[in-house]
Amino acid sequence: MADKITHISGHAVPIEGDEIDTDRIMPARFLKEITFDKMGEYLFYDARFDSDGNPLEFPLNEDRFKDASIMVVHNNFGCGSSREHAPQAIKRYGFNAIIGESFAEIFLGNCRSLGVPAVMMLRPEINALMEELDSNPSLDVSLDLEAMTVSYSDKVVPIALSDQNRSAFLEGTWNSLAMLQANDEAINTTASNLGYFSNFE
Amino acid sequence: MAEHTLYNNVWNLHKVAQLATGADQLLIGLHLVHEVTSPQAFAALKEQGKSIKFPNRTYATMDHIIPTDVIARPYQDPQAELMGATLEKNANEFGIQFFGRQSGKQGIVHVLGPELGLTQPGMTIACGDSHTSTHGAFGALAFGIGTTEVHHVMQTQTLSLIPLKVRRVEVNGSLETGVYAKDVILKIIEKLGVKGGIGFVYEYAGSVFESMSMEERMTVCNMSIEGGARIGYINPDDTTFEYVSGREFAPKGQAFDKALSYWKSIQSRPDAEYDDIVTFDASDIEPMVTWGINPGQGVGISEQLPDPAQFSGADRRTLEEAFDYMSLQPGQSMAGVPIDVAFIGSCTNSRISDLREVAHVLDGRRVSESVKTLVVPGSQQVKSQAEAEGLDKIFTAAGAEWREPGCSMCLAMNPDKLIGNQVCASSSNRNFMGRQGSATGRTLLMSPAMVAAAAVKGHVTDVRQLLEGY
Repeated sequence: MADKITHISGHAVPIEGDEIDTDRIMPARFLKEITFDKMGEYLFYDARFDSDGNPLEFPLNEDRFKDASIMVVHNNFGCGSSREHAPQAIKRYGFNAIIGESFAEIFLGNCRSLGVPAVMMLRPEINALMEELDSNPSLDVSLDLEAMTVSYSDKVVPIALSDQNRSAFLEGTWNSLAMLQANDEAINTTASNLGYFSNFE
Repeated sequence: MAEHTLYNNVWNLHKVAQLATGADQLLIGLHLVHEVTSPQAFAALKEQGKSIKFPNRTYATMDHIIPTDVIARPYQDPQAELMGATLEKNANEFGIQFFGRQSGKQGIVHVLGPELGLTQPGMTIACGDSHTSTHGAFGALAFGIGTTEVHHVMQTQTLSLIPLKVRRVEVNGSLETGVYAKDVILKIIEKLGVKGGIGFVYEYAGSVFESMSMEERMTVCNMSIEGGARIGYINPDDTTFEYVSGREFAPKGQAFDKALSYWKSIQSRPDAEYDDIVTFDASDIEPMVTWGINPGQGVGISEQLPDPAQFSGADRRTLEEAFDYMSLQPGQSMAGVPIDVAFIGSCTNSRISDLREVAHVLDGRRVSESVKTLVVPGSQQVKSQAEAEGLDKIFTAAGAEWREPGCSMCLAMNPDKLIGNQVCASSSNRNFMGRQGSATGRTLLMSPAMVAAAAVKGHVTDVRQLLEGY
């Protein structure tokens, strides 16, 4: 059983913008490795560096956000490709949770599989949190999956997450392999009831 | 919630159990594997001393990283060689069929599955690639998954999934000449938005889809994910059954009859209920071109680009970001925008019918001298067929390059890349910033015929003018 994930706290970095796709999070040329080991180095690479490797203006390059472990984003974050390299990079860079207005579905599932809660908050609340972070980057942000809230300063803001994913984090079954394996007999029965598993012979 | 749709029917037949989290455990009937999203999953199996539960429901090919020009082994890019060799070795060790170049059947995984008859109605199909939605054209529930999930499918043949809602997307009427399946899906995404499909399966219905060929249906379902819908499907009909019949992995003889009765049994019932229904009129659809940095930022060829000043807040900022990146102006038309590269290929549009449309436009014409034009067939079988029809001669006579099969410049994990801020007219599926291999490269998505027309003129143009012989 994996670790139960109930509370996550830390500093946070705002990454503004809707429709930030997985190509931007992880450009395709970095998918050419057969392990995920180095993915953290490539996170948002083309947004962080120019073609000569010089740093560009981007929140992850700012000293004031360098110890952030929570990412705050806008709408449809992680849209596009199914590449798990994107959430792998986010996790390996040092992020334990993402707070956003909405997430693309495959990306959200990949985050769940890696034990990185991606939780939803209403846009005005996201914007308020981003503004607060801009003026106070060392703000302590605390995510509570039991109470389904994010707290910072004197604010307590409600968040949303599907019941199934919430349960997976709280129970430590976010990597579903053990649960899936436990039903081996039922898997075989379901397969034998489907003609195409035996090519309808 | 939706009831009695194909989605409900197929989901229920594949549901193994409800898990403790409340998610459903779903059996996966066909697992397609490629080189980029599988090595870590194979490594996890090895580490735990596990095997693949249903190796005969698992098939592999190489498409993303494979070069389309110099194909001698070892590949010039050592990372590509390692990735290819790793997949071959894994397929061999785990006893799954691998379609490499030696097989004569290698191709983009979403071209190969259908053409070999692996893809059939009523299946659940998973692959570590978001464009797996393509296979929904057959009335299958097909979707992209991450690498951890690839591992889960290998080891258990199942996934933990949260049930979805169903939106019926109807397009009625008939398409004008010069308006293609690509234009239909670009219009749908433009109208419903790139996140409109989150939480939904799209069921495409209506006379436009009914009269489409299987290859056209694949183009539509392929881009469901660009509208946020992880799954898109079309109910199987005689067009579907005729396409599958006789293919290498399709059931034969009596088995085919049994299959047919299964395929008909999973169709959406006439009394099916949907969570949402939207309708379009085919006569409102003209050739489409994307101008921005997501596939929803598209316009008809006769339309003008939007003006950010008429929007507010986040919408305005998103538009401004797109105009800034693309160096285009509000209010302008896409017709006349110069291009540097024309790319015909990808899992969206690299099948034989796509290449025939391109040849129809290029026959007797030359591509502009300022435009580098690549034609990349979706598979070795598509390539052979095109050559048997003499299409390759038309392409090369027009000044285009005729390549070996692969994903090529759709995502540029291989030597086919944009340089600097080149503008590419592309028959692929994503116009994201940096998508085609240059951090400042610019992509204009359109139908293959529109790409061919742009290549000839050197700028974006209405293909109908070339078809009508102006």
